[in-house]
Amino acid sequence: MYYRESGYYKTDYKSDMSLYPLPISRFAAFSLLVLFFLAAPVVMNEYYLTLLSLVAIATVGALGLNILLGYAGQLSIGHAAFMSVGAYTAANLATKFDLPFLITLPAGGLMAAAIGIVVGVPSLRIKGVYLAIATLAAQFIIEWIINHSPEISGGAQASIEVPRPTLLGEKLESPVELYYFLLIVAVIAVIATQNLIRSRIGRAFVAIRDQDIAAEIIGISVFKYKLYAFAISSFYAGVTGVLYTYYLGIASYEQFQLGVSIDYLAMVIIGGLGSILGSVFGAFFISLLPIAIRLFMESVGSIFVEPDVLAQSISQLRQILFGVLIIVFLIVEPDGLNRLWINIRNYFRVWPFSH
Amino acid sequence: MKFFTALGAAALAAGALATQASAKDVTIGLMCDRTGPTSVTGTALCPGYHDYVNLYNTQKKIGECKIVAHEIDHEYKVPAAVEAYQTYKSENAVLISPYGTPMVYALVQKMAEDKLPGTSAGFGTALAGNGEAYPYMFPIAASYYSQAAAAVKFAKDKLGGSLKGKKIAYIYYDNPAGTEGIPVLEKLQPKEGYELRTFAVPAPGVEMGPQILDITRRYRADFVISHLFGRAPSVSLKEFKRAGFPLDKIVGFVWAGSEGDIKAAGGNEFAAGYNTMQFAGVGQDYPVIQQIKAMYKAEGKPDPDAMQYTVYYNRGVFQAAVHIAAIENAIKAKGSCDVTGEQVRDGFYQIKDFTLGGLLPPLQITKKDHEGGGWVRIFQVTKDGYKPVTDWYRDYRPEISNLLIEEIEKAKKK
Repeated sequence: MYYRESGYYKTDYKSDMSLYPLPISRFAAFSLLVLFFLAAPVVMNEYYLTLLSLVAIATVGALGLNILLGYAGQLSIGHAAFMSVGAYTAANLATKFDLPFLITLPAGGLMAAAIGIVVGVPSLRIKGVYLAIATLAAQFIIEWIINHSPEISGGAQASIEVPRPTLLGEKLESPVELYYFLLIVAVIAVIATQNLIRSRIGRAFVAIRDQDIAAEIIGISVFKYKLYAFAISSFYAGVTGVLYTYYLGIASYEQFQLGVSIDYLAMVIIGGLGSILGSVFGAFFISLLPIAIRLFMESVGSIFVEPDVLAQSISQLRQILFGVLIIVFLIVEPDGLNRLWINIRNYFRVWPFSH
Repeated sequence: MKFFTALGAAALAAGALATQASAKDVTIGLMCDRTGPTSVTGTALCPGYHDYVNLYNTQKKIGECKIVAHEIDHEYKVPAAVEAYQTYKSENAVLISPYGTPMVYALVQKMAEDKLPGTSAGFGTALAGNGEAYPYMFPIAASYYSQAAAAVKFAKDKLGGSLKGKKIAYIYYDNPAGTEGIPVLEKLQPKEGYELRTFAVPAPGVEMGPQILDITRRYRADFVISHLFGRAPSVSLKEFKRAGFPLDKIVGFVWAGSEGDIKAAGGNEFAAGYNTMQFAGVGQDYPVIQQIKAMYKAEGKPDPDAMQYTVYYNRGVFQAAVHIAAIENAIKAKGSCDVTGEQVRDGFYQIKDFTLGGLLPPLQITKKDHEGGGWVRIFQVTKDGYKPVTDWYRDYRPEISNLLIEEIEKAKKK
């Protein structure tokens, strides 16, 4: 009743090609922008803004991995290593040459993309879990190189302190300013991905994912597009690394270890492979669920057990509950949170006359 | 659907209910890792911290102020630590205890901006002891620089007072923290005249047979300084034993000698003789540990399991004691419980003659030196525990401070 797709006629090419063809999706996109840009900083305190900032960073990374895994079908478990490439590139440029983030941000992304292309080369010959192992090697090799070259990793304990980003001479350091900085980058990433996947490149990715031989037969250069996929995905990862660096004020290799790659894999799988909204859902889910569980248990748990005992056992309980919830979500909807959302939407499409 | 709505509602309710602090509470933000990769440490350290806080609140409290340690487990993940930090900030915590080197780095800038002091015992670089560069971070424990210098001094005493012509092997976990001992050993080399070779153990540090054969058979080291983490220390002990190297000619840095490592290597009987360097006392022969035991006994409870892992448990007590001492100084100076982070930072500078019967080294924290002097104490593994073989000591301070200045200059140039 509220959500309808019928009755809107496209009478020119422009409306046919628009990013949000339906009035309701235009309305939804617009209200989300209002919500996050105008309402959130006013309503929320610093704590919640921090959460949203972390989610915004994770969204960019999850989008990148989703392009590679969800759209182009190439499994990578070296995503965090590309983040570290971006992080160290930006950190070096920012500290040695005093470059502003408007330069270091794309530079970090481009550097990661260049490394990503190299890592992507084996993807022509090897597929699936074998490719995953090749990318795992990339994770370790990049980590090792960063660790063992002081020229890259700076002085003490392979970490470089980075000053806060500046824009037009203004230092971005309050939580609200940093939030806007991260949000804008995340929104650009979302819109860019939306455009990417309906372009020739995006459709080629999907063709390769679904059947690479068929894709080759209809004239798609599989090798070229696989490298594109790696390059674009690594670019996103590099940007994520730069964002972390600026947000935390430091680039450190320990922030980008194998576990982080796995976290991002979990985000795109739980969120929904091959879906932009899914990446956002996944970023929210993996970032916020542990916190929600903790808050829940801190408040409700004290009814059942003594506070001392609770304090000692809360983290174990949280670990268990987190694992259980992930399994529950995957059983309820193996296609991810995005599918769940689509189901809800389809239900309301015919509501209240569902029969 | 109902399930998700319920979950959402519960989370919201939880947010609304979040612990309400009374005016007399002084909150400490305590980060832990009980479930992540370093849970072996966290599961003993954090109980120690809580036990001391409870002991303080029930028996040692001065005035009306109650210490509340809010623990958040960040699983050794940086984003989770940032979230935890903001939680503490919204609860008006006056002191933060970050856990883990990457988390310390991720928060040090924010903490300085927000004027919240914190400690990083055993984490981070030696440079962080420089109070002028990091005004709100207090390592309070000996840095790897100080540990390396102390290890050289220990080797010297052990090998008869002179290191001339002696062969020292440095075996280390191949990451930036592991390599941090090398500049000190190189710096002291001309003065002491020893021969030095370094042996890297690649991650994850469970395979080091070749390196140890190299040390024992080819290089024939007189003394081994071992800087290993995680599973690596126990593996190294097994390999050294197999190669027939006397374990009392090895000294391990502060993360290489806990009860868990000894157990994993094959027990006390097996590892007897191994020297471990500590920045907090080991064992239960301290009045404060006995008081905690008595506290449990009075409540009719058995001693907590964590207590037997005295290396990490006592470090928890050590950290809690230093934190509370700083807060107490701030409370005394202000005369009320309503202290700020800045006042607690000043409280750190007033900690004097506070050793809890030998559990703590004689810390002297000054505006310049946040390391507190770089004290360590060597405990040797015996058949049924640990015995101290030195008193709290430190050495080569001028060399280390010169090296720090050089390193800071180098970092600036880069």
